[in-house]
Amino acid sequence: MPINFRHDVDQVLEDAKAQRKPVLLDFSAAPM
Amino acid sequence: MWPDERVVRFVNENFLPARVHVKDDGQAFQRFSERFRAPWTPTILLLDPDGVEQHRIEGFLPADDLLAQLMLGRAKLAFAQQQWAEAERRFREIVEQFPQTDAAPEALYWAGVAPYKATGNPASLKATGRAFAERYQDSTWAKKASVWR
Repeated sequence: MPINFRHDVDQVLEDAKAQRKPVLLDFSAAPM
Repeated sequence: MWPDERVVRFVNENFLPARVHVKDDGQAFQRFSERFRAPWTPTILLLDPDGVEQHRIEGFLPADDLLAQLMLGRAKLAFAQQQWAEAERRFREIVEQFPQTDAAPEALYWAGVAPYKATGNPASLKATGRAFAERYQDSTWAKKASVWR
């Protein structure tokens, strides 16, 4: 089972505000 | 150490996970690394629902240490929202489950602060100061708690 990373960060921040849920923001250089 | 199943489960259960990749999302990386002052990879930020940073993890960590740091960040989020009982429970879970990690002494410290914030009773601070006399004596957090004994 993978982590369901999203790449639309602006929308994730909006969703977090609406859902009152914290965000994990990963700045990565790992192979995709 | 994202492939670790415990890490994956904890992230998916506790956060909305988002990623900006330094090469594949170059423009986004530049924009968000400037906004959140995160110029290095790997860097993981744990943000509250309003987008305010509550915890930062910089550099690679083995799975146990990473999970403990993620749990520490989740506990800090509860603390920031003044959910004192939940914060204390989460801090103590780190000490119990990952006592060998760098997150543990910090968690022990804040586990003492949370009930004090809830009640104003300094007993939990004194107990924490005494606990640091027996473990993590060389940590920065033991020095910080030394005034509570």
